[in-house]
Amino acid sequence: MTETMIRTSGLTRHFTVKKQTVEAVRGLDLHVGKGELVALLGPNGAGKSTTLRMLTTLLRPTAGTAEVAGHDVTADPRAVRSAIGYIGQGNGAGHSQRVRDELHSQGRAYGMNAAAARTRAAELIGSLDLEAFADRVVSSLSGGQRRRLDIAMGLIHAPELLFLDEPSTGLDPQNRANLAEHVRRLRAEHGTTMVLTTHYLEEADQLAERVVVIDHGRVIADDTPERLKSAYAGDRITLRFDHDRDAARARTCVLGIADGAVTDLTGATLQVRLDGGAELAPKLLRALDDTLVPVAAVEVARPTLDDVFLNLTGRSLREEAATGSEQKLEIAA
Amino acid sequence: MSTFVSDTATVFSRELRPVLRNPFSVIFSMLQPLVFLALFTPLLPDVLGSDGSALQWFVPGIVVMSCLFGTSATGSNLLFEIQTGSHERMLVSPLGRPSLIVGRALKEIVPMFVQTAIIVVATIPFGFELHLAGALLGLVILAVFCVGLGALSYTLALASKNQEWMFWAVQQTLIFPLLLLAGMLLPVDNGPAWLRTAADFNPLTYVVDAERALFNGEILSGTVAGGAVAAVVVAALGLLVGTRAMRRVSA
Ligand SMILES: Nc1ncnc2c1ncn2[C@@H]1O[C@H](COP(=O)(O)OP(=O)(O)O)[C@@H](O)[C@H]1O
Ligand SMILES: [Mg+2]
Repeated sequence: MTETMIRTSGLTRHFTVKKQTVEAVRGLDLHVGKGELVALLGPNGAGKSTTLRMLTTLLRPTAGTAEVAGHDVTADPRAVRSAIGYIGQGNGAGHSQRVRDELHSQGRAYGMNAAAARTRAAELIGSLDLEAFADRVVSSLSGGQRRRLDIAMGLIHAPELLFLDEPSTGLDPQNRANLAEHVRRLRAEHGTTMVLTTHYLEEADQLAERVVVIDHGRVIADDTPERLKSAYAGDRITLRFDHDRDAARARTCVLGIADGAVTDLTGATLQVRLDGGAELAPKLLRALDDTLVPVAAVEVARPTLDDVFLNLTGRSLREEAATGSEQKLEIAA
Repeated sequence: MSTFVSDTATVFSRELRPVLRNPFSVIFSMLQPLVFLALFTPLLPDVLGSDGSALQWFVPGIVVMSCLFGTSATGSNLLFEIQTGSHERMLVSPLGRPSLIVGRALKEIVPMFVQTAIIVVATIPFGFELHLAGALLGLVILAVFCVGLGALSYTLALASKNQEWMFWAVQQTLIFPLLLLAGMLLPVDNGPAWLRTAADFNPLTYVVDAERALFNGEILSGTVAGGAVAAVVVAALGLLVGTRAMRRVSA
């Protein structure tokens, strides 16, 4: 096993809201090794931020323990703080501050002397492309520019462990791609361990090597995106026909060929869900041809993490993300 | 201890930087006290001051008032940073929790100095007589008071982090009674007994009285000692509750 970066045991956090107990995080056992890039994926309210806030010493656990970068979060919060970087859901820079000044203060806050802080600020201004507005006041920056500044501030002390809470929320696709690029570069160049939360499936899928699916404060699955998909959801083949009866006949044929396939017939459309569906599709088409069922159109889709979430919980993450209450600014409790 | 000093210096200079970058913000906030001066002074009877000048009586009061207005509202800056996420970013840093409030509170001294200088410079041409030694000691006492008041304002901000209206409701409700009961704008000596008793319980009364004595060159007096004690009490109380509140944030 690799060197440990995070280890939690029974990590739990309750909130009391109007005399009612909200169990935001329920007995989380998590192990993250050095150099891992982990995404906590779950719908709004799943407990992702609360988990991150406990790991970053912003919230005290109700029960359980967490060791982060070799230090206990409750016993030695200062040592944890020195070792980690954190990019929260909000914007970290003060609105009346200038970009360069804020980076400089941030360096001082992490114990650098004035000269070192200035050098590091200049370095980050270069690598995160902040030059054009380095001497402007933060309130005059665009959302994407502020997010880049947030990242720069999180990296000021080159932490070996970086937490990012919903890093891409509110960013346009261009800036989102930009952010993904930075995350990958950090991993490649510095081997930084990273834990990010997201409710965007694509982000978890494309960025993380390990996805921890969280729902109602509990871990419900934890693996690489690939393995999650093959374990919890198969490929999806969608076959369209000209007539309803063709689709019905095709279903009988498909079930004869592909053992364990799950089919879903709606009108003249047949959906087939099975492992290795992509490889099986040509054989399926030939068989249908042989039995003289004319296929009008075919589409093969690899499973998404949404299919995984759907199979695990019976709910779709996509719908929840769309209908769930918009991300409200979270304030230290 | 050394980390406390350097952490406090870090927070202090971060707070101060926007002021230094944009000094007009301080001067702009001075308009109100200057208008008060211009409008109130002609109304004051000349018999008020010990040496007969309305300005000698009024200027120290206005100095304390502008400190009171500016400093009691300073928590709103923290409130805003709590809402945007930049306070959270500071909390995740290794900065000591006490420094997060002490550094901020100490910064309040700087605009207070600038404001006092402006008021004094603006009134000298109209006959205000400056007793430098007394005025400097007056500034020291006021600085101590300012730190305490700033810490209290930040504490109020931490307490009202989820309801911004509460910050302003409490600040506005307290500031005017404090101001009037301290005899800052009008003397309370001739008021009814209950009013004078209320004034006796207002720490600001002692600070204002001390400032008046000092700005008029009277240094070694019980009034000055009383003001100094009141300022120290406010500072100790403010820093105590402020530090506790800041520690509790990450609990
Ligand atoms: N400070 C708080 N006070 C009360 N309830 C909270 C607080 N923070 C989070 N919660 C509740 O805890 C649950 C988990 O929230 P959170 O960790 O923010 O979820 P996520 O980040 O996954 O969207 C939600 O039900 C939320 O309302
Ligand atoms: Mg969240």
